[in-house]
This record gives sequence, structure tokens and C-alpha cells, in this order.
Amino acid sequence: MQTITLDEAMTQALTEEMRHDPRVLLFGEGVATKRAALADEFGAMRVRNTPLAEGIIAGTAAGAAAMGLRPVIDLLFVPFLTLAMDAIVNSAGKLRYLSGGQFSFPMVVLAQTGAGWGVGAQHNHNLEAMFVHAPGLKVVMPSNAADAKGLLKAAIRDPNPVLFFTDLALVQSPGAVPPGEHLVPLGRAAVVRRGHDVTLVSYAKTVGVCLQAAEALAAQGIAAEVVDLRSLKPLDEATVLASVRKTGRLVVVHEAAAPCGVGAEIAAIVAEKAHAALKAPVRRLTGPDAPAPSSWVLEQALVPRAQTIVQAVRQQVGLREPALT
Amino acid sequence: MTTDPTTRLSMLEAMLLIRAHERTLASLAGNGVPGTCTAVGQEAAAVGVVRALQPRDRILTNHRSAGHLLARGADPGRLMAEVLGRASGYCKGKSGSLHVSAVELGVVLTSTIVGGELSLAPGVALAQKMAGIAADAAPMEGTGPLAVEPGGITAVFFGDGAACEGIFHESVNLAVTWALPLLFVCENNQWQAFVARHETMPGEHVADWVAGHGIEARIVDGNDVEAVHEAASEMVAAIRADGRPRLLELTTYRQCGHYEPDDQAYIDADELAHWLQRDPIDIATQRLIAAGVVGPGELLHLHQRVDATVAAALSFAQDAPWPDASELSTDVYA
Repeated sequence: MQTITLDEAMTQALTEEMRHDPRVLLFGEGVATKRAALADEFGAMRVRNTPLAEGIIAGTAAGAAAMGLRPVIDLLFVPFLTLAMDAIVNSAGKLRYLSGGQFSFPMVVLAQTGAGWGVGAQHNHNLEAMFVHAPGLKVVMPSNAADAKGLLKAAIRDPNPVLFFTDLALVQSPGAVPPGEHLVPLGRAAVVRRGHDVTLVSYAKTVGVCLQAAEALAAQGIAAEVVDLRSLKPLDEATVLASVRKTGRLVVVHEAAAPCGVGAEIAAIVAEKAHAALKAPVRRLTGPDAPAPSSWVLEQALVPRAQTIVQAVRQQVGLREPALT
Repeated sequence: MTTDPTTRLSMLEAMLLIRAHERTLASLAGNGVPGTCTAVGQEAAAVGVVRALQPRDRILTNHRSAGHLLARGADPGRLMAEVLGRASGYCKGKSGSLHVSAVELGVVLTSTIVGGELSLAPGVALAQKMAGIAADAAPMEGTGPLAVEPGGITAVFFGDGAACEGIFHESVNLAVTWALPLLFVCENNQWQAFVARHETMPGEHVADWVAGHGIEARIVDGNDVEAVHEAASEMVAAIRADGRPRLLELTTYRQCGHYEPDDQAYIDADELAHWLQRDPIDIATQRLIAAGVVGPGELLHLHQRVDATVAAALSFAQDAPWPDASELSTDVYA
């Protein structure tokens, strides 16, 4: 094992996949500048800086992918993808279907989002659910460096367009990462902590928050199971349902706003398929239905906190909150 | 004109086929057939450019695609079957008329989003450029739906409406910056859905806009198939030689409505009459008669052959099976 940051893990995944497959190329806003080692190794034809023009970057990726290349593009920040929605949603997501299966779009879209840099709502907006809603696309959000490497390698090898969103707060976080071939299949969640009293489902940085909450709950005699979704589409329903059937309680935690979000989808799936197992109403702990602010204090306030999760779980198991002193 | 008589006659027949095909579908609109966006009046643009391309070249088109597809050799029966939503259509009936692609013809990634084709075209041309470079070193393994052959170029068809989308500038800029083998073909047909071009853009020509991009651009009479063919042939050869993009603007006119049925009450009668006088099929016919390339008997035979082809295509399409309902959720993911 090596200890490297999530960003370094992504560079490692890119390097390995570009060595593995000459069809893989990387282009986007500053990629040749920021990942200079890749540009040095693979040359200007395969590692390309682009104009700051998200529409044409994503469209070009879709066109190249349909012709048999495997482009990885960097659009920097998730809100910038709104300028590339036609290429991603209408072209990469739909033209396989509309053409009767004549084309596939093996491409990966990289972008960052989430609280942590104080960059405000036009750089930080957790829009993942919008892409989950669009057919033909896959959506991945890793919570740690090892998964970032394994998921990115799997995403590059996947024959479909994959949106690979990384949490700004995690990009420079170190973690133990397996060297060499390490693949994390898309669509498979990870049970990152075992427990039998309640299931905490999350992804990206709030997985860490859930683990903190689980630690605090353990001290109170409550065993929380923590499920890291890793892929939001395809979604690993089986792992979520198995956990909820065991614990009978579910709290979904994410930084994105609640309306029509991933938490709503998980809650609906559990209501449809595991309702009888539920001992308490499902809870969603999410960011607010508000743009992300820049101020550090406000930005941190939008991220669900471990203490909030602990309180929600205590309510679910029927414990009263201790009186404030 | 240097075009040989066989080619001239073949281009006329292609235009007649496109016209008959589109008129037939238009006449059925509303009677169980979805309304199509025709390019009646723009046949010379389609035929002149497509006939200047080679099999290894790729075409991206838009919602007015029938001309480009038929000029490339699409089977009229399968094309009509697609419009009628049948399983034996080019896209299994999932496209309808608006986004027809035919991989075996090299007509790829048709988008009906105005400007969508412009966003996709640089990627297709990039794959061709990379295939050319890889061919110099080691053959490139492709798993795409069709082999990307070295030396191919991409032609992307769009209208003056798409030129008013921001993606047009992004696309031209990237094609120039990356030196992509891409021919931008603007069919300036004077109408943008239900809006006249002069309401939405200054000046008469899109070609003027790309002077700032530093690419060669030409404006050609888009209703003169031989002029289009000659200009397109020269520009395609130039792109193949230096790998750099060009823009060909074809001045033409959308004789029918935005989609069928459309009574065109919003069209100025004098304007329409002016352009009907300049009908591309009439121009080509008269020129070939004057040059002695075709006589009245052969012309009649040509029309009869085209009408028979279209009648057979329609009956193939109407008899074609509907897709099975299980197809609803196939082809979503690879």
C-alpha cells in the first residue's frame, strides 16, 4: 500500500489506463498544465489543454467516443457542466438509444464540487441527482483515495458515459491506495462499517461524517452500519436493502439538497421493497435547498454534521435527547 | 463546368429522389405519419457536397437530414420505415425523422438539437486525425461502430439558425486551434424555424463571421448543384491535404415549412416566388437539357424511375413491422 492523495490516485489511474489502452486520451481545462507528467509521457496528441468552453469540450468527447476513442475530460467544477448539458444529456446520454444502438459513448467527465474551498455556488453545487435522472449516463462519487483510483479505472473502461465527481474537500486528502491494478466496479456499494441497529447511507465526503457519527453512537451502545454508495447510477440497491432489512432503520446523508435527490430515491426504493422491515420512519439529512455560500462558517453549516446524525438515530431508536445544560 | 455528364445526370437523379421522398412523407403528415422537417429546395446543397466526399469520410447532419442521407446512398425504404417508427428503420424506429444516423453510410451522430451536430463534429474529426497519426506508427485498434480510416475528413451540415448558437463559435475555434480535418457546411436557407434570418443576424452571410477565426470560407450558390459540387470538391481536397478546417456557405432557401404540415402563412409571397424561380432541380434540369446531356424521353424515364423507387419505399415502410414493446428500454446502456 502507498499513502497518496485522492488527486494523486486519480493521476495514477489515468497514467495506468493511458498505458493500458492507446485509445484513452485526456483533454479539458488545464489538464496538460496541471497533470504535466501525463503530458510528458503521452504527448500533446493525447493530453490536451482546451479553451474554457465546456460545451465544445463535452461535445468533442462525445464525438470522439462514438468513433472508438476513450476520452476523459476535465470540466473543473460541477456547476460548469450546465454549459455542457446538451453534449452530455442530449448527445452522450441519448444518441445511443436514438440511433437504435449504433453508437456507444465510452467517456468520463471529471469535475469537482462540495463545501471546503469557500468558492461559492457557481463552483460548488452538488448536481449529481440531475445526472442520475438523465438516461444513458452513469454517476460516480468516491469518498476516499483508493476508491477514486479504482472507480476511475473502471469508469475509463466502461462503455458508457460516466460522470466522475470528486469532493473538493477530499481532493488533497491522503489515503492508502493499492498500487497497480485496482478496479472498483461501478454499481457496487461498500459497507464501510458493520452494525445492526441502524443503516447510514451516504457517498463522498459525508461518508466520513457518517463514520464519525457511528463512532459516537457506538459509545452510546448503538451499532450503526455505514454504506458508501460510491456509484449513484447504477445504484447498488441490493446492498442498501440487505442492510436496511437487517437494521430496520435508515438515515440517508448527503450534502446535496433534498428535493428529488439521491436520498429521496433511496427512501423510495426502501419504501417500495423493504417497508415491512422498517422500525422507524426513514430520515434524510441533507444540505439546504439554497445555493452554496462562500463564507467558511456558512459553507460548513450546509454539510450534515455528525451530531445531527447522532440525534436522528437516537430518535429512531426511541432514545430521548439529554436535556441541554 | 468540368463535371462529367454521368455525374451531372446522377446528381440530378439524386435530387429528384430526395424531392420525391420528402414530398411523399410531407403529404402523409398528420395521417399517422409524424410531420417531418423537409429540406425541399435545398437538394443541391446536399447532393453537391455529399457527392464530393469519399466513403472514408464522415457526415454529421441535423433534423433536415433526408437529403444528406439519400445522397449518401441511404435506402429510401429503411429511411421511410424509420420515419414511420418501424423496426426495420435505420435506428429501429427509435429516432423517427429527427435524428437518423446510419453507421454503414458514415452518417454519424445526427442531432436534432440546433447546434448539437456542431458540438460533436470536432470529436469525429479528432478521431480521424488521430487515426492518421497512428497509421504512421502502429495501426490503431478501434472498437467504434465503424473503422476510422486514415485520411478521412468530416463534413458537418448545419443551418444559419445553428450558426447563431454559441456552440458554432466554440466548434470553429476548436477545429482551427486543433487543426481538425473538418468541413463546416452551412446551408443558409433564410429561415430559422418560424423566424426569418434577417431578424436574427446582421449581414447576409455566416461565412463573414469566421474571418476572425482565420479559416478559408466560401459562399456559393447553394441552388446550383454543380457549383456546390465543384467548391466542395476543392475544399475537401484542401482539407485532406493540410488537415485544416474550412467553411462552405451555401445560399439556398427552405421552400416548405419548418415542419409538416405548415401553411407558411408567415412567408412573404414575393420572397417565395423569387426562390421558386431559382429551384435547384429546375436549374439543373434546364442546364442538362441545354447541354444535350439529357433529352425529354430520358428525363421522363428518370422521373418514372424515381417515383417507382419512392412508391416501393413507402410500401416497404408501411408493411414493415412495428418494434416490439420490449425495445422500449434496450439500447440505453452499452
